[in-house]
Amino acid sequence: MNEFLQHTINGLALGSIYALVALGYTMVFGVLQLINFAHGDIFMMGSFVGLYFIRFVIPNAEPSLFTAIMVIIAAMVGSAIIGVAIEKFAYRPLRKAPRINILITAIGVSLLLEYGGQLIFGASPQFFPDILPRTNIDIGGDIILDSNQITIFLVSVVLMFVLQYIVFKTQFGRAMRAISHSLETANLIGINVNKVILITFIIGSSLAGAAGVLYGVAYPKIDPLLGLLPGLKAFIAAVLGGIGNITGAVIGAIILGLSETYVAGYISSTYRDAFAFLILILVLLLKPAGLLGSKKIEKV
Amino acid sequence: MKSTLFFVLLSMITVLVSCQNKGKETIVIGNYGSMTGAEATFGISTRDGIILAMEEWNKNGGLLGKQIELKAYDNQGKPEEARLSVEKLINIDNVVAVLGEVASTRSLAAAPVAQQYKVPMISPSSTNPLVTQKGDYIFRVCFIDPFQGQVMAKFAANSLKHKKGAILRDSKSDYSMGLADYFTATFKELGGTIVADEKYVSGDVDFKAQLTSIKQTNPDFIFIPGYYTEVGLIARQAREQGIKAPLLGGDGWDSDKLTEIGGKSIDGSYFSNHYTQEDPRPVVKSFIENYKARFGSIPNGLAAAGYDAAVITFQAIKTANSIEGKAIRDALAVTKDFVGVTGQITINENRDATKSAVVLQVQGTNFKYVETVNP
Repeated sequence: MNEFLQHTINGLALGSIYALVALGYTMVFGVLQLINFAHGDIFMMGSFVGLYFIRFVIPNAEPSLFTAIMVIIAAMVGSAIIGVAIEKFAYRPLRKAPRINILITAIGVSLLLEYGGQLIFGASPQFFPDILPRTNIDIGGDIILDSNQITIFLVSVVLMFVLQYIVFKTQFGRAMRAISHSLETANLIGINVNKVILITFIIGSSLAGAAGVLYGVAYPKIDPLLGLLPGLKAFIAAVLGGIGNITGAVIGAIILGLSETYVAGYISSTYRDAFAFLILILVLLLKPAGLLGSKKIEKV
Repeated sequence: MKSTLFFVLLSMITVLVSCQNKGKETIVIGNYGSMTGAEATFGISTRDGIILAMEEWNKNGGLLGKQIELKAYDNQGKPEEARLSVEKLINIDNVVAVLGEVASTRSLAAAPVAQQYKVPMISPSSTNPLVTQKGDYIFRVCFIDPFQGQVMAKFAANSLKHKKGAILRDSKSDYSMGLADYFTATFKELGGTIVADEKYVSGDVDFKAQLTSIKQTNPDFIFIPGYYTEVGLIARQAREQGIKAPLLGGDGWDSDKLTEIGGKSIDGSYFSNHYTQEDPRPVVKSFIENYKARFGSIPNGLAAAGYDAAVITFQAIKTANSIEGKAIRDALAVTKDFVGVTGQITINENRDATKSAVVLQVQGTNFKYVETVNP
């Protein structure tokens, strides 16, 4: 029983990281119907911006909440700039092109960031320093709760609510939803489509940046290809929850994190990734729109 | 189609290059290793050890009256790149011998190429027994995993007096799988039990699920025969999960990145290695001094093994008085009582080195000598 509880805690923590990345995926998809395959790599860039910020701007900082917040903000700003650049130079020129073109461009951008990253940062893994004071909390029965796990979980839940608020309660969110419904009509009724999409990318990318730093805190070994697998997993999580749906992305990510941890703990870690993709296939077969996704009638 | 074209091109280049090479003034030695990627320090340390050996020999008049030249290729830690590197070294650079690799998985991938072209390949530190079984041109200058596994099992059972061990192995690495098996066999012979045997895959970053399972069995120690990047993360997460048992490992731990990633969590752990910096023998002292002067850092075991592999190869070429593959091979095969940095090396009938291993303990950022185990 204790073992099961410990697995559950670990699974929730893993799921929270997937959730942070999945939120960005699902938001961009919600607005543009574009699967931004470069999202996992923006997440990687966030880790590296954080790392270089620590190394060159605050090299002697003690681990504290203040340090962590500074690093996260730096990474969010850095990732947002990269996200905006990608939107402006790679996606915007293709807005009127068939969707397959922009999808392939996204894969191209992803490869550019991965291998460009290897050129700039080097291919060897680098160590991500501790920026948060960490303590282990024994919650009885020999079950350990790590303070970082709590931080990551809280950050992803809070961000989910903030996003939910932005999308459903603000004027900007209304504009986003209008564009999601029909880009042309939104344009006709006077919404500045380019501006809204740009801001969507800023929000999505800065979320990925924050996730990148939290990932570095949890698994302090980062390299330019680190975005690959979490990016894919986050994508699976977003599809599982119903892509475009914010709560769905978080629920999907938590389900994925939990099931991966159970598989690694009770069956074998060799099948961990296979299991994640098995879930994706099953969901696509049984509920193509995802757990919380709604079926849209294809516009003609 | 593409590959046919590639080979046509390759053979054309080979012909061109071999024409140029006639009457060449240098003897070219090849090296392939992981100079980038998750095990980057392995490749770089080994290459630096080889460079040091080469420069020393060149200063003293070179080899057979010629200067030695090193061609080193990075394989990014990928077995298929390792194979391609050796293919290039032999066919394009016309090397007389190949030095490499550290990781057994990559040595195993590249060895058949060296064997096919009958160019001697000397691995400085691949410890999986299968490596030299790939053919009679494949040698190594280090001990093999059955011995290394024994060393750590004996150390755990006799020196640490532990009874219950857990294993966490890398299912993608020939080195890790082999070493774990040999460790288990000896530890059981000595009366110990293995209470958990979990696996991970190199490249993983989350080991908490496996560690939670291990924790339930309450072992006296955890044996992790992996490479330093993963070991550092495993150590951290083990402590985060409240596991206090000491960690044990093999020569794959030998990198300054181990303590950088593992931090306080790896402190006090033990691993077996090829050499210790505290060895008082003059050959070791002068090696460490020269290495520090040349590269500005203290050499690790893999640099020492690289150095030994290079010197043994040069000796063999000198003895053979030829750069012909078969002659070098025959000279290598009779290497006896060579005084190396990593110990007294004798090449046995399986083309493996018989020599002693040392057990080191991680203390802060240093690896402290604990004991020597003889074969």
